[in-house]
Amino acid sequence: MNRLAFDIAHLLAGGLVLTSFMLLYQDRLYALLNVFALQALTLALAVGWQAHIQHAPHLYITAAIAVFFKALVIPVALHRMVARLGVHREVETVVSLVPTMLAGIGLVALSMVVMLRVTHGADPLAREDLAFALSVILLGLLMMVTRSNAVSQVVGFMSLENGLILAAAGAKGMPLVVEISVAFSVLIALIVIGIFLFRIRERFDTVDLQALDDFRGERR
Amino acid sequence: MTLLVHLAVQIVQMLVVLLAAPLLTGLVRKVKARLLRRRGPPLLQPYRDLVKLVKKETIVAKSASWLFRVIPYLVFAATWVAAALVPTFATGLLFSWSADLIAITALLGSARFFLALAGMDVGTSFGGIGSSREMMFATLAEPAMLMVVFSLALIAGSTQLSTVAAFMLSPAVGVRVSLGLAMIGLVIVALAENARIPVDNPATHLELTMVHEAMVLEYSGRHLAMIELSAQLKLLLYVSLIACIFVPFGLAPTGAAPGALLLGAAAYLAKLAGAGALLALFETSVAKMRVFRVPDFIGVALMLGLLATLLRFVSREM
Repeated sequence: MNRLAFDIAHLLAGGLVLTSFMLLYQDRLYALLNVFALQALTLALAVGWQAHIQHAPHLYITAAIAVFFKALVIPVALHRMVARLGVHREVETVVSLVPTMLAGIGLVALSMVVMLRVTHGADPLAREDLAFALSVILLGLLMMVTRSNAVSQVVGFMSLENGLILAAAGAKGMPLVVEISVAFSVLIALIVIGIFLFRIRERFDTVDLQALDDFRGERR
Repeated sequence: MTLLVHLAVQIVQMLVVLLAAPLLTGLVRKVKARLLRRRGPPLLQPYRDLVKLVKKETIVAKSASWLFRVIPYLVFAATWVAAALVPTFATGLLFSWSADLIAITALLGSARFFLALAGMDVGTSFGGIGSSREMMFATLAEPAMLMVVFSLALIAGSTQLSTVAAFMLSPAVGVRVSLGLAMIGLVIVALAENARIPVDNPATHLELTMVHEAMVLEYSGRHLAMIELSAQLKLLLYVSLIACIFVPFGLAPTGAAPGALLLGAAAYLAKLAGAGALLALFETSVAKMRVFRVPDFIGVALMLGLLATLLRFVSREM
């Protein structure tokens, strides 16, 4: 394969991992949403580049969906939700920043070790994409675990979804129907989560999910 | 004969870093002042300050030990040697067999260790505060620097600066995400190590924020001149390091003709001027951080270094 093509794919997929770390680093909700939009743009670029080098035009549609829904609709919707909820504009973390970052690095290392062992002998581009996709997924999970605010957990969930799409784009022969259905399921998930957010806020006057633990009598 | 030429180039290199260091600091101050719509001190002011300090009487506290008097010279010597090991206008210098990135990190680390000792030696509260803060930042900045060095070494196959620069000039380098991450990490480390603005402000003596200044508060006269000169050398060192690794254009190769050496010198001066202007622009556009935010900021450099090393393993040559 052309080396420059590989290098650019590597750069874009690596940029996706980097934006996942930037999501972990943010301490303001609005900045978090902006970084999420940036991640979606990076994803769209990565998928678009994959479409170009794999000669798979249907991936362009995936990239377009990523730009439209994930970089525009979802961040704007979340912005308005945060404004209407009137919650604290700061991200409340369960674990402080530096341990979270170190755990994130550990997860990236883990996903690389696992993926490089498992996919031995496969196409280098697919191997590298799968390794990066697994690290983005694990970082999204880490974000959901270490945040107590529901909005930032939603962002963690969405960034996890970005990793799934990167993996799907890297593996050749993914049908378009599946991608579109994944994109719509994310949108439905956003709507459901939005409704839940407002229900939680009505019930507890907060979107801090630790209030749920108090309610169930599971105070740590 | 060739040995003599090599020796001459190495000596010129040592003198160039020593003479250019105050000029770089003067340039940064001047550009910063112009950006703030002030006129600013003349470019040569740092030289005049150094001369003035050397002429002044040196006052040493009663409680100071012999360490306090020796440390300025130790710090200066370590920093000068480290700065002379970084290729500025030519690679393949006479001592480049020892000009290993790890050796440079170690020299700077020992200089910092001695400076922190000097801060605590007199026993005033400011010196203690400065030393403890400096060490707090160092615990993150030094591993970050080493991680950047490791990722560079993994990419270029060597920690020798001449080899790294030659590799960066070759077409084998390509577009790499690891290199970008390593560069940002190195810039953050450089800002932190040189006490530049988001981390520390060398222009104030405000007890809430000062780090480097608090450590050297007890020094005066020629001791202070040595310390100031080594701080300026350190800034020049980091600028040359970043220039030599990431923008090595114009560097003269080993045993080059005088023309290539002159071209290298011109390119080096241009890089210095560009870096000074960029630094001044950056410093005027960001605000100073709270001291307890700084570990997060330097932690980013550590994280970028780690990430660069990890991402290297899934790149082309895996």
